[in-house]
Amino acid sequence: MEKRLRVNPVACAGHGACAELLPELITLDEWGYPIVADQPVPHGLRRDARRAVGSCPALALALTR
Amino acid sequence: MTDSLTLPAAAPAGGTPRPAGLPRLLPAAGTVPVDLRAHLGRHGPLHYTGGPGRLVAEVAAAGLTGRGGAAFPVARKLAAAAEARQAPLVAGNGAESEPASSKDRSLLWISPHLVLDGLQLTAEAAGSGSAVLYVQRNERLHGRLAQAIAERAAAGIDAVRVDLVPAPDRFLAGQESALTSRLTGKPALPAYRPVRGLPRLAPGRPALVQNVETLAHLALIARYGGSWFRLAGTEEEPGSMLATLHLADGRTNVTEVPLGIGLAGLLGLDPAAAGPGGDIVPSAGGPVQAVLVGGYHGAWLPAAEAARLPLANAALRPLGAAVGAGVVAALPADRCGLAETARVARYLALESAGQCGPCFNGLPRIAAAMDHLAGPRPDQRARADLERWAGLVTGRGACHHPDGSVRFIRSALRVFAAEAGLHERGRCTGTDPRPFLPLPAGRPLSDADWS
Amino acid sequence: MTGITHTTALWYASRATGVVALLLLTAVLLLGILVNRQGRLPGLPSFAVTGLHRNVSLLAVAFLAIHVITAIVDPYVTIGLAAAVLPFSSSYKPFWLGLGAISLDLMAALILTSLARARMSRRAWRGIHWLAYAAWPLAVGHSLGSSSDTRSGLVLSLLVGCVLAVAFAVAWRLSRAREIPRASRAAAVLSRMPARKADL
Repeated sequence: MEKRLRVNPVACAGHGACAELLPELITLDEWGYPIVADQPVPHGLRRDARRAVGSCPALALALTR
Repeated sequence: MTDSLTLPAAAPAGGTPRPAGLPRLLPAAGTVPVDLRAHLGRHGPLHYTGGPGRLVAEVAAAGLTGRGGAAFPVARKLAAAAEARQAPLVAGNGAESEPASSKDRSLLWISPHLVLDGLQLTAEAAGSGSAVLYVQRNERLHGRLAQAIAERAAAGIDAVRVDLVPAPDRFLAGQESALTSRLTGKPALPAYRPVRGLPRLAPGRPALVQNVETLAHLALIARYGGSWFRLAGTEEEPGSMLATLHLADGRTNVTEVPLGIGLAGLLGLDPAAAGPGGDIVPSAGGPVQAVLVGGYHGAWLPAAEAARLPLANAALRPLGAAVGAGVVAALPADRCGLAETARVARYLALESAGQCGPCFNGLPRIAAAMDHLAGPRPDQRARADLERWAGLVTGRGACHHPDGSVRFIRSALRVFAAEAGLHERGRCTGTDPRPFLPLPAGRPLSDADWS
Repeated sequence: MTGITHTTALWYASRATGVVALLLLTAVLLLGILVNRQGRLPGLPSFAVTGLHRNVSLLAVAFLAIHVITAIVDPYVTIGLAAAVLPFSSSYKPFWLGLGAISLDLMAALILTSLARARMSRRAWRGIHWLAYAAWPLAVGHSLGSSSDTRSGLVLSLLVGCVLAVAFAVAWRLSRAREIPRASRAAAVLSRMPARKADL
C-alpha cells in the first residue's frame, strides 16, 4: 500500500528534525521549512519515515495514503 | 465596519446585444434594491422542492458551477451534503474579499431575496436546520440584509433561521476553511485540509458553503428549471454570471453576462483599430495595453490577445488564466503594468495569514523583488531570486494564496516583459503614476484583525 | 541539629534516587525549553535535542519509580501505595508528600499523553504538556519539605543550581515568547528587504 509523507504547513515551525532523519526524502528550504519529495515512501525507508514522523516536536509530519 | 456603500453602476456592457433572458439576477437597470413584494412579483413564490432529490437533479441538469472563483459543480456539493451523516450548516459566502470585485455586495444590496431564496433551498436540500450569511463588514449592507430577513420572517417564507455573520476585512477571510473557522468563533484563517470534501466545523459536523451569486442562480433554477438556465452561456459553461468590469477610463461596472461572451465587447475594445505594433488596443475608455482576468489570483493577458478571447474557462485556462469571480480589468496604456503588479503583490504579501513558513517568508520577498523590477535599473538578481522564491512557495501553504499570487505575478512578467526590458535601461512607458487597480488601505496588525 | 538517622538501605535509596530524579527532571525541563526554542546542543543535530528530552524523561521516570517504591517498602515510615498518587493521604508528612503525589500524577499525564501523541489532537497534547511547568516546582517543593537532605550541603547546592537554571531558561522562553504575532509576520519579513534605489 502506497504511503506518502505530508507536512501540515500550519503546524510546522521549521524545527528541521525530519530533514535530519530522512534526508533522502526531505530537504529544507532556505528558510528552514521542509520540502517533501512528491513520491511514495519506498519500503526500505518506511521505518526511517516513521521515526521522522515521531521526531517532529510540532506533530506536523504524517505518513498517509 | 464602514457605513458607506459604494456600488458600481449596474449596467449592461456597452455595445453588446443583450441575450434573451438577461439580466436574471439584477433588475434591468439601476441599483434600486428589489424589495420582497417586487421580488415575488417578478419571480413568484419560493417553491420548496420537497427534499434534496429534485433540486440536485435540476441543478445537475443546469450544470451550475460555483460563482465564487473555483467553479466547482454545485450539484456535486449538494449531493455530498445530502449524503452527509449529520446535516451540514449551510453558509452563503458574501465576504467578497477580492478588492477588485464588487458583484457580491451589489447582488446582496439589490437582490437579497434571490440569495436568501437560494439559501433556504440549499438548506432544504441538505436537510439543515440553520443557515448563515457571511457578509463583508458594512453597516448599511448588514442593515439591509437584516431587514430583508425580517420581511421574510414576517411573511412566513423562510423554513430555517438565517444568521448574519460579518466577515473580517482580510483577503483570505472568504476562503472556504477561513469562513468555517470564523463560524466556530475562531479567527478567519485558512486551515490545513489534507482530505478533500465538505469542510468541517467540528468532527462530524460538515458545512456547505456557496457563494451568494451561486445561491441566487439556484433560486432561479428551482423556479424555471435547468434547461432555462442553459439558454445562456456555452455548452460546457452554461448560464450567466456577474462580472465586475474595470474600464480604461476608471469607471467600474457590475454587469450580468452570459458565460462565453467576448472580452472585447465587455471592455469596449476595438482590436481592428489597434496600432501598428498591435500591442495597444483602443477602447471606448481609452487605449488599453493589457487585461487582467480573474482578479488578483488571476492572470494578465496582452490586450490584443484578450480582445480575441471569450469569458470562458475553456479558452482562458490554456493561457494560464481563468474566469474566477468575474473580475475583468483593462489596464490603460499610460500606466506601468509592472508598478501596478508590484503594488498588488505587496498587498497580497501583507495579507498572508502568517501561518505557513513558505508563504510568509516567500511572498514578501517576491513582492520586494517585484518592487525592484518596477523601478529603474533593477538589481541583476531580482528576477532570478523572484523565480526561485516563486518555485519555493507554490503548493507549500495550507491554502492557495501563494499559488494564486505567484500565478498573477508570473503572468505580469510574461505580459510586461518588454516593459521590464525598458526598466533595465532606466526607462518606463508609464506616464501616469496614479494607481489603477483598487486596493484597500491599511494592513493587518494583530490577530484581532482576523476575528 | 539532629536529623533522624535512618540506617536502612531502602531509605537511603529513596533519598538518593529522589535527588537524581529531581536533577533529571530539571534536565528534562531545560531540554523541553530548548526544543521549543529550536535551540541546539553543541555537536548534536536538532533531532537529538528532542530525543534527549524524551529519553531523559523516561530515565527520570525510572528513578522516580525506584524513589517511590523504596519509600513505600521501607518499614521505618508508613507510606502506603495510595500516598504516592493520592495527594495528602499519607500519615508521614502528608503535606510535603502530597506535593510529590500531585507532581507524580501530573507527570503520569505528561508521559501517557506523550506516548499516545499521534492519537490525540495537537491542541490537547500541548495543553496537557503545559502542566510540566506545574509538575516541576511541585517536585522541588516536595524535595524541600520531605527530607532534610535538601536543606544543607551538596544537595542544597544542587537544588539551588537547578532552580537558577530553570529560572534563566524560563526567562529566556518568555522573552522570546513576545514573538511577532502571526498577523505581522509577512510585514516583518517585508520590512527587512532592501528597498529599491530610486523611483522612475
